[in-house]
Amino acid sequence: MSEDATLSHSAEHASEPHTHGHHHPFLQHHFEDMGQQHEASTLGMWFFVAQEILFFGGIFCAYFIYREMYPEAWKAGSHHQNWQIGAANTIVLIGSSLTMALAVWGAQQAKRKFTTLMLILTLVLGGIFVGVKGYEYAEHIHEGLFPGSMFTFVQQDAPHLTPGVHLFMTFYFVMTGLHALHMIIGAGLLLWFIKRTWRGDFGPEYYSPVEIMGLYWHFVDIVWIFLFPLLYLV
Amino acid sequence: MTSTTIDDAPFIEPSTRERRNYLNDEYGVLSWLLTRDHKRIALLYLFSVTTFFIVGGIIAFMMRLELLTPEGDMFTSDTYNKLFTLHGVVMIFFFLIPAIPAVMGNFILPIMLGAKDLAFPKLNLLSWYIYMIGGTFGIIVIITGGVDTGWTFYTPFSTQYSNTKVFATTLGAFITGFSSILTGLNFLVTIHRMRAPGLTWYRLPLFVWSMYGTSVIIMLATPVLAITLVMLMVERVLRVGIFDPALGGDPVLYQHMFWFYSHPAVYIMVLPAMAVISECVAAFTRKKIFGYKFVAFSSLAIAFLSFLVWAHHLFVAGISIYSALIFSFLSMFVAVPSAIKVFNWTATMYKASVSWQTPMLYVMGFIGLFTIGGVTGLFLAALGVDVHVHDSYFVVAHFHYVMVGGTIMAYMAGIHYWWPKITGRMYPEWWGRLSALLVFVGFNLTFFPQFLVGYVGMPRRYHAYAPEFQVLNVLSTAGATVLAVGYLLPIIYLTWSVKFGRKAGANPWGAVGLEWATTSPPPKENFHETPVVTWEAYDYPAFLKAMKETQDV
Repeated sequence: MSEDATLSHSAEHASEPHTHGHHHPFLQHHFEDMGQQHEASTLGMWFFVAQEILFFGGIFCAYFIYREMYPEAWKAGSHHQNWQIGAANTIVLIGSSLTMALAVWGAQQAKRKFTTLMLILTLVLGGIFVGVKGYEYAEHIHEGLFPGSMFTFVQQDAPHLTPGVHLFMTFYFVMTGLHALHMIIGAGLLLWFIKRTWRGDFGPEYYSPVEIMGLYWHFVDIVWIFLFPLLYLV
Repeated sequence: MTSTTIDDAPFIEPSTRERRNYLNDEYGVLSWLLTRDHKRIALLYLFSVTTFFIVGGIIAFMMRLELLTPEGDMFTSDTYNKLFTLHGVVMIFFFLIPAIPAVMGNFILPIMLGAKDLAFPKLNLLSWYIYMIGGTFGIIVIITGGVDTGWTFYTPFSTQYSNTKVFATTLGAFITGFSSILTGLNFLVTIHRMRAPGLTWYRLPLFVWSMYGTSVIIMLATPVLAITLVMLMVERVLRVGIFDPALGGDPVLYQHMFWFYSHPAVYIMVLPAMAVISECVAAFTRKKIFGYKFVAFSSLAIAFLSFLVWAHHLFVAGISIYSALIFSFLSMFVAVPSAIKVFNWTATMYKASVSWQTPMLYVMGFIGLFTIGGVTGLFLAALGVDVHVHDSYFVVAHFHYVMVGGTIMAYMAGIHYWWPKITGRMYPEWWGRLSALLVFVGFNLTFFPQFLVGYVGMPRRYHAYAPEFQVLNVLSTAGATVLAVGYLLPIIYLTWSVKFGRKAGANPWGAVGLEWATTSPPPKENFHETPVVTWEAYDYPAFLKAMKETQDV
């Protein structure tokens, strides 16, 4: 037994010869120092955002092609959106981006209470956004605008546009649905980070998780900044 | 350097320390299923992709048996449709795409960089679980009745008419896609941020450059497939018409979006193969790869050009003749960086004293077969020829020369080359050479006749054919039998060698590279000391000198 213990002890020493004195509790074993860990995690998030852009890019591309094919139906379709609600929701979302940015700043400064508050605010604003989106969905379903067999809507002034409006509403639900799904995943992550912040995990040496969360949240906001004019305004 | 360790632990001889490695560090099923060690995750992938390879292979063999006779006597045409679909789905999504990156990339890449692990070990484990979930959907589909759309899921057949398990299959492919995305992301960050001190970009082994190119394609192409499959699933579930012309959709758009991923996916399969070939050529010629920078940048050029050729799959789908012309030209252009690689490998072998162990035999197979696959690709990139041979066995033979003759040959080369590193044991050389020979002969016998039979007009994807094609089809089936033996042998003797193989030692090939500077099998954190790189890639004299100095201190 004692030999085993010595063995693992020496193995640890052998593998980490440079970390004698200062050793941060959140430094993972395979990184040399906190700087390398931070750079790796932020770079990873940027790459993740890059693949998200391609993911949403695919459906934006399809949207533009059909918009080109059916300009009138697309115009009629966007008239079924309530742009005032959409605009208000956009402001809510931009507000959540602000609180998220403040949370990153707070985590860097080791302001535990401030950061927790900002993360909770972000979560609340995100929740409002998704809630309002749910209300809009309910309205659309009520009007028979949900695609598929539930689609009972007929464009009264121009019935020949109805199939095009159907296609538009399909894109509307898929695009905003995927966006809302990203929001919900983000909300789940926020809950976890609120707990970790409250516990006091973050400080000037270790705040990359909050920063990465921020990158994700801002990205999801930017997707909406494109979705809002494309689906509500133009 | 080594002296510090010995000072710290005076009672332990280095040999005891070297006996502890990633395989015997921990025991038990959970130590595997919850591991974050990239080497153990690589082995998890090795078992899973091998399983899928066997499944896909059995299905292929069933098809070859049906094609022994011109009549459709073994399977109905519906069953045959399912067989070729499942063969394609299993082999492409669950074997070829993860095979080299997730097995060899996972195992070797961090060691080549002198890193202790990939940048995100938990993400790495997660990606294996995601792969397994996706794979489970594949297996469920096979058990519960299959799918008959072809692996391309063309609309509107897949969304409106097919009565088979389209939804589950596409969901499986969608989920598996995220597994490759996470692996690619992990590789990119690791290559950027985890290189050992002194390991500059131009000192990287060419394996790393190719994996970089592969990861870029994975990261930028796979999400487009994901969103395409989302739209397909939405269309199938809600019965809306995103890609259905009857409801205002455009089926050609589906083909564009599908091939925007699936043509680059060909390079997701073949760039890692080229990665393995570069390593093996250097090791078995004991020379620096001729034109290192050309080979390195040709990987990136392939990654870039692979995004610009997708519409050559649509030459007969009604796209405009002008865009067809441009895509035809670009498709031929992508042959340039591939040819650079082939010429540079050959130039490396020129006047070298090549040792003909099993990996090198597979490498020679790769170079020959990949060249044939590539050159017939040029035939297909030419508009007129493509219209003539489109959807014929000529196309089937072409892409099997690239994927089987290219990727699987390289996969076998890599497995044999790194087997001593992975297990610490040598495989039996005589059996290895025999299997390489069987695979080469069997492969050519299987697929060369398909070029001929396709050129004279046998269409793909039918269970029955005109009687005059029978001779070539019988040859092809005979070849498939030889090929099957060639693939079964390694499964048997490699398993045998884990227990009974000769002990390999740290560097059985006398090769350069950091993976050969550590023990076999490597310790849990890959190196007993973080290595410092002072030599150029494949610089034999400098590497051996540096290794000697490390041991002398």
